[in-house]
Amino acid sequence: MTQKLVLIGNGMAGVRTLEELLKLAPDSYEITVFGAEPHPNYNRIMLSPVLAGEKTIDDIILNSREWYAEKGIRLISGDPVVEINRARRHVRTRDGVVAGYDRLLIATGSNPFIIPVPGHDKAGVIGFRDIADVETMLHAAKDYKRAVVIGGGLLGLEAANGLMKQGMQVHVVHLLDSLMERQLDKAASALLKSSLETRGMQFLMEAQTAEILGDDRVTGVRFADGSEVAADLVVMAVGIRPNMALAQQAGLHCERGIVVNDTMQTFDPKIYAVGECVQHRGSCYGLVAPLFEQAKVAANHLVEMGIARYEGSVTSTKLKVTGIDLFSAGEFNEGEGDETLVLQDPSQGVYKKLVIRDNKVKGAVLYGDTMDGTWYFTLLREGTDISAFRSTILFGQHDLGDAGHGDASASVMALPASAEICGCNGVCKGDIVDAISKKGLFTLEEVRAHTKASSSCGSCTGLVEAILAGTVGEGYDKAPSKKGMCGCTEHSHDEVIAAIRKGKLKTMQAVRDALDWKAPDGCASCRPALNYYLLANWPAEYEDDAQSRFINERAHGNIQKDGTYSVVPRMFGGLCTANDLRAIADVSDKYKVPEMKVTGGQRIDLFGVKKEDLPAMWKDLTDAGFVSGHAYGKAMRTVKTCAGKTWCRFGTQNSTGLGVKLEELTWGSWMPHKFKLAVSGCPRNCAEATIKDFGVVCVDSGYELHVGGNGGIKVRVTDLLCKVETEEEVLEYCGAFTQLYREEAHYLERTAPWVERVGLNHIKQQVLEDEANRKALYGRFLFGQKFAQIDPWKARAEGSQAHEFTPLKIA
Amino acid sequence: MNNWIDIIALDEIPKLGSRVIRTDTMDVAVFRTRDDQVFALRDACPHKGGPLSQGIVHGTSVTCPLHNWKIDLASGEALGPDEGCTNVFATKVEGGRVLLALKADVAAA
Repeated sequence: MTQKLVLIGNGMAGVRTLEELLKLAPDSYEITVFGAEPHPNYNRIMLSPVLAGEKTIDDIILNSREWYAEKGIRLISGDPVVEINRARRHVRTRDGVVAGYDRLLIATGSNPFIIPVPGHDKAGVIGFRDIADVETMLHAAKDYKRAVVIGGGLLGLEAANGLMKQGMQVHVVHLLDSLMERQLDKAASALLKSSLETRGMQFLMEAQTAEILGDDRVTGVRFADGSEVAADLVVMAVGIRPNMALAQQAGLHCERGIVVNDTMQTFDPKIYAVGECVQHRGSCYGLVAPLFEQAKVAANHLVEMGIARYEGSVTSTKLKVTGIDLFSAGEFNEGEGDETLVLQDPSQGVYKKLVIRDNKVKGAVLYGDTMDGTWYFTLLREGTDISAFRSTILFGQHDLGDAGHGDASASVMALPASAEICGCNGVCKGDIVDAISKKGLFTLEEVRAHTKASSSCGSCTGLVEAILAGTVGEGYDKAPSKKGMCGCTEHSHDEVIAAIRKGKLKTMQAVRDALDWKAPDGCASCRPALNYYLLANWPAEYEDDAQSRFINERAHGNIQKDGTYSVVPRMFGGLCTANDLRAIADVSDKYKVPEMKVTGGQRIDLFGVKKEDLPAMWKDLTDAGFVSGHAYGKAMRTVKTCAGKTWCRFGTQNSTGLGVKLEELTWGSWMPHKFKLAVSGCPRNCAEATIKDFGVVCVDSGYELHVGGNGGIKVRVTDLLCKVETEEEVLEYCGAFTQLYREEAHYLERTAPWVERVGLNHIKQQVLEDEANRKALYGRFLFGQKFAQIDPWKARAEGSQAHEFTPLKIA
Repeated sequence: MNNWIDIIALDEIPKLGSRVIRTDTMDVAVFRTRDDQVFALRDACPHKGGPLSQGIVHGTSVTCPLHNWKIDLASGEALGPDEGCTNVFATKVEGGRVLLALKADVAAA
């Protein structure tokens, strides 16, 4: 028999839990939802734009009544639950509807706090919490002129801004001497205040409300110092209180909110609670991101998967007042021993402050330019060591060469709808905003799935996140700091790699079994990753799984858009002879290659080869002495070289010869992503070694080794690893660095983001400072190469994997 | 009446892999799942015509190698938020041989 689940509270947290639950196990419960308000679930965060006239109620509905019907959920709205009977396991509404439950989920949210001063119950005194409040304010704005908002916090200022937009004169009353003191430091607060004042908002600071004046309807507010201000409408926005009356009456343990454990269970194990009504590890949350994290955990336990834990949230805030960009997160007021970095440009109205402790971001306040809020927040949540880019961190991620397209100084939200955001998939800002609002998207993953924006190269991820944040408010799910590898697992790349090593897992099936993979075969995203991890960790034992490789690595050529392939023979160090070129020319004639060109890595690319011709073509090439160039693989690609000392008047060392040696050392090696090398014979660096994964710049006194660079989407210049004196050292350091990357990087992570993620210091410790470790890394690299340096072309020319290349014909 | 054509031994299609069948009018991709179910689709992704036979097979779907659309092997429909459909052909396995019915009227729309 299907179990019964009752949800009290038809708001964002509760319904989100249902959505998560339906995703995991659609048929696990017969669900009934009770909502006190007469509306279906809407986006409460967007009430401010509704009040400001920038959106309508319909725009902010998240789940229409059809959604409930489609999912088979019984929705009882406009009839609040008045009793929970735990002994009989049922709930009862004001109108007498009774519903039994096996599991109960309480998501009753919070109530605005109404200051209990004399007169607080007069007509025209309201909170700012739901659609009814917004409707009251919109009506008042038609008939009256003067509004007073009590509370200069986030909600109060949004309400005041909305009322002003509706044509009212607004006074904001604040008890303290600076606005939004829970999110802003004094400097940012002062900037905000003066900006709002120029828009016409008036402030009464350090004013303590003593009485609401008037007969039936409010006419004014009197303060403790005896002064008064006239008002036809008073909005109290001085905070929220978890709505726990029902839970208390049912005898559930409550303190400031309904107390829950890390699995979102109350003291009655059959009753769960999520959202603003709960108190978890001593904290109550009033922002939406934590609620969504809680929803995930509660859903996980309701369907009895029982693995998720909620461990509290770090939150960030954005003010939704059009034209004012403000962002705050973490501990924005410095404590003892903290350092602060400040950038202030009063004429541009820009203020940025970061609070730093032990080289980690602890808090951020941004005013005027909030482009990098998401980035700082990520650094904060992940506890990233910022020492490598500390000197430029205030200039933003863009300054690291990492902001993707467009002009970082222009706020994304100011871009026109026609602005292209994702160059790979041709997605404009308007498409993204449409998809978010029409399909009710909340996460980056959802936006990727629906629009494809940022789903290819990922360089516009920051922009897409900014659009998401700007469109749904702070309600969007920031990418969690720990992310499952793909939809098949909760485990991150690091956890999977660790499990493979620790548990000596040597087959893909063993990994999937040990780590509770959801899909028995995995998917197109985790299979190649697992295949690589197993290959990198157990080179001698693991048998490569062709069906888990992307087609390019299965066919040992690059698939082109018409289904043909391109073939690149390896030329060690870029050196070649007339005979080599003649052989390539002959092959090109014989197989009618429609186009040839020289690649960026100094090799020759033959385009338009039919798949069934590949083995014969490879036979001809291997007979002429070529091996595969691996130009198609997540693998070591090429070593680019310059003219070299033999010919160049500036050349030092035997740079071209070293390039050949490096390519002989590293060819055939599978990597997390493509991996390119270069050797330049002098600091003029004609081989562009400083934008390669591993680059060598020869100088008179030795060899400079550079790591972690790439051309590509986000150009990154290498970091200098060290200088060495002999070729032997170059080879050893190269092998060790490469092996460290092979062992530690996530699949599809190039060296540039990997170096930024783990920090150059870590790499120096592993490769430079610890000699024994360097030698061990190099040893493991050489060991792996014994199994990797088998030319795949030769093998296939001799008949291996023939089925891959042989089509069947029927008339 | 389906006009069954004997095309290949089941063992000659790799598990979680495919083979391409050339016909006069088009290429057909024949897939084999982990549990030896066999499906046949027109070898063209509804998105940009990518060769589905070259994709990675998982469960009863295949991911197109060009732009990662996921296509359901049984229905030929694109999964997830993508929308589109490629032709499906009936298959059966008898005595270790894979049979394919190519007649247009068996192509589920």
